[in-house]
Amino acid sequence: MSNSVNPADIHKTMLDQQKSEHRRRLILNLVLLALLMVAPMVMYPVFLMKILCFALFAVAFNLLLGFTGLLSFGHAAFLASGAYTTGYLLTTFSGLSTELGIIAGTLVATLLGLGFALVAIRRQGIYFAMITLALSQLVFFFFVQSSFTGGEDGLHGIPRGQFLGLIDLNDNLNMYYFVLAVFLAGYLLVQRIVDSPYGQVLKAIKQNEPRAISLGYNVNRYKIIAFVISAGLAGLAGSMKTVVFQLASLNDAHWHMSGEVILMTLLGGTGTLLGPVVGAAFVVNLEYQLSQGPLADWVDAILGTIFVLTVLMFQSGIVGQVQKFMKKNIG
Amino acid sequence: MAGAAQAEISNDMVKIGYLADMSGTYRDLAGPNGLIALEMAVADFGGQVNGKNIEIVSADDRNSPDVASSTARRWVENDNVDMIAGLVASSVSIAVSDILEESGKLGIVSGSAASSITNEHCTPNHIHYVYDTYPLANGTASAIVKEGGKTWFILTADYAFGHALEADVTRVVEANGGEVIGTIRHPFPTPDFSSFILQAQGSGADVVALANAGADTTNAITTAGEFGLTQSGQTLAALLLFLTDVHALGAEAAQGIQLTTGWYWDMNADARAWSDRFMEETGVRPTMVHAGIYSSTIQYLNAVKATGSDEAQAVRKQMIATPINDMFATNGRIREDGRMVHDMYLAQVKTPAESTNEWDLYNIVRTIPAEEAFRPLSESQCPLVTSK
Repeated sequence: MSNSVNPADIHKTMLDQQKSEHRRRLILNLVLLALLMVAPMVMYPVFLMKILCFALFAVAFNLLLGFTGLLSFGHAAFLASGAYTTGYLLTTFSGLSTELGIIAGTLVATLLGLGFALVAIRRQGIYFAMITLALSQLVFFFFVQSSFTGGEDGLHGIPRGQFLGLIDLNDNLNMYYFVLAVFLAGYLLVQRIVDSPYGQVLKAIKQNEPRAISLGYNVNRYKIIAFVISAGLAGLAGSMKTVVFQLASLNDAHWHMSGEVILMTLLGGTGTLLGPVVGAAFVVNLEYQLSQGPLADWVDAILGTIFVLTVLMFQSGIVGQVQKFMKKNIG
Repeated sequence: MAGAAQAEISNDMVKIGYLADMSGTYRDLAGPNGLIALEMAVADFGGQVNGKNIEIVSADDRNSPDVASSTARRWVENDNVDMIAGLVASSVSIAVSDILEESGKLGIVSGSAASSITNEHCTPNHIHYVYDTYPLANGTASAIVKEGGKTWFILTADYAFGHALEADVTRVVEANGGEVIGTIRHPFPTPDFSSFILQAQGSGADVVALANAGADTTNAITTAGEFGLTQSGQTLAALLLFLTDVHALGAEAAQGIQLTTGWYWDMNADARAWSDRFMEETGVRPTMVHAGIYSSTIQYLNAVKATGSDEAQAVRKQMIATPINDMFATNGRIREDGRMVHDMYLAQVKTPAESTNEWDLYNIVRTIPAEEAFRPLSESQCPLVTSK
C-alpha cells in the first residue's frame, strides 16, 4: 500500500492503538472460543449449529454492509444456491464425501456472486440494493420451477455422511465441532480481510468513495472482490445448514431471508466483527423462544418493533453499544 | 431405533407436540385453534392415560421446513416428545417425517395436502389423517364431469403443487369423458387475477377449475365473483378450499362453488355436537383440519391406552387395527402406508338466500366412498406397500 504521507509520530500512536485493540480482541476471541467449545454440553447442539450457520451468513453479509458500505438485498440467493447445490449433490451421488459437497456449494455461490456483482456494481445505494433484490428474485423463481429442488417441498433426507471418510457426522456432537471449525475459519477469514491493506481500502470506499477513486484505487474491482467473497461465504453457510438440517428449502431463497440477515447484522452491530454473530444468536434465539409460547402470533411484530427501535435509537447495534460503553467507562 | 415394543409408557408421561403455522397463511385452517382441538381431546381423557399424565407442548413452524425440523428434532431428541400433531405445510410434514423415522417417534399429519406424504415420502412413522390432493381432484372433478361439465379450463399456480393438481385433474376429467380445453399458469402468488379470469371466461368452458391454494384461490374467487363468472353459466371449481376461506369470502362471493372436503361441521349430529363444543372454546366453527386433529388425537390416546405403551410402532399397529367411528369419520381406517381413508364429501357453497347464519355455508351434494376417493394401494409407490 502506498501511504507514506503520515508523520511518523501519528503513525506510531495509531499503531499502538491498533496493537492494544488487537490484544483486546484476541482475548475476547479466546473467551468466546472457550464458550463455544463447551456450549453443546449445556445447550442443544442442533440449535447451536443453527446459530453458527446464520452467524456465518451474517458475518459474510457484514463484510459488504459493515465494511464496504454496500447494502445487498439479495443474499438469500447465495445461501440458497449453496444449500441446493450441496443438497442435490449429496443426495444424488451417494459416494460423494460431505466436504466435497460443501465445497461445491460454496463454489456455485461464489460464481453466482460474481455474476451478481458484475451487474449490480454499476449502480450505488438504493439502486444497487434493488438490482441485487431483482436478481435474487430471478434465482428464487429458478429454484421454484426447477425439478431438482423439489419445488415447494424442498430437498429432504440429505445424508450428513462422514467428514474425510473418518468422522461420522450423524453424531450431533461431531457435527457441531465440524460446523464450529468451518464457522471459525469463515470468521477468521473475514477478520483477516478486514485487517489487511485490502480491507483498509474497503473501509476507505465506505467512508468516502470519490476520495478513494481520486487516490487512484479501482473502486469497482475492490467492491466486486468483496461481493464475491461475501457471496461465497454466504453459500458456505447455506451448504453447512443443508448438511446440519438434512434439508434445503425455498425459505433459504425467499427475500425474507435477505431481510433477516439485514436484521441480524443491524441488531448485532454493523461494521463490528462480532456484531453479526451476536445479532444472529439473538434473532434465532428470540424466534425460537417466541414460537414456543403464547406470543407465537406476534413473532414478526416483535422483531419488527425491535428493528425499528434499533434503527431509531441504537444505530450501532448491540455490540456497538457495548463497545461505546466500554470506551466511555474503561477507556 | 424403532426397537421391540415395550409395554410401558416412557418417561412416565405421554408428551404430544403440536407443530403448526400459528401466524402465517395457514393460521386460520389449523393454527392456535388446532391446539385447542388437541387440548379438547386430552381433556376428554382427563389429562391422563393409564394413570400417566399427558403433556402438550406447541410451537409455530412459521411454514418453514427449517424451523419445523429444528423444533421437531429438539422435541424428539431432547424433550421426550412421543407424538407430533398438527403439521400443515407439506414441506414441513415431509421434513418432520424424516426426523420421526430417524428417531423412531410418531407423527400425525392433519393439515397437509400433498398426496406424496403417503406415497413416495411415506415412512413407518407417520399417519396422514384428514385429506390429500388425490381425493380433492378426484372428488370434485369426476363429480362435475358426471353432472355434465364436459369442457374444462384450468387455472394453475405455477409451481410443483399446482402442476401436480393440474395433472391429477386432467387425468380425472379425461377418464370420465370430459376434455380440458385450456390451461393458464399464473405466478405464485398472484394478487390480481383479472386477466386470468377474463381468459377463462372467454374460453367458453363449462367449468373453470382453480388448481391453486390459499390466498391465490380466494383472490381468484373474488375476481371471478366481480366478473360474474358463475352467474354467466360457468361452474367454478376450487380444488383446495377450507371452511375458513369460504367464511372469509362470504356466501355472496363464493356461492355455487363446488369443492371436496373431508368433513363439514354440520354434516351429522355427532359433528354438530362436537363443533358446538369447539365453538364455545374458540368462537368459530372448526375446519376439517381442526376436527381431524381432535379425532386423530383421540385415536392415538386410545391406542396408547390399549397397548399400554407410547412406543411408535406398537401404537401405530394398534391404530391401523382399529376402525375409526367418531365425530370425524364413519368406518375410517388407517392403511399400511399411513393413509387414513374415509368418506369424502362433495360440497357446494350455499347462496346467501339459503344460508341461515355466517357458518351455514355448504350443501353436501354427494358422499364419495373411501375406496373411490383415495389413491388405491395398487397404485402406491410407498415402499411399505410395494415391498410386500
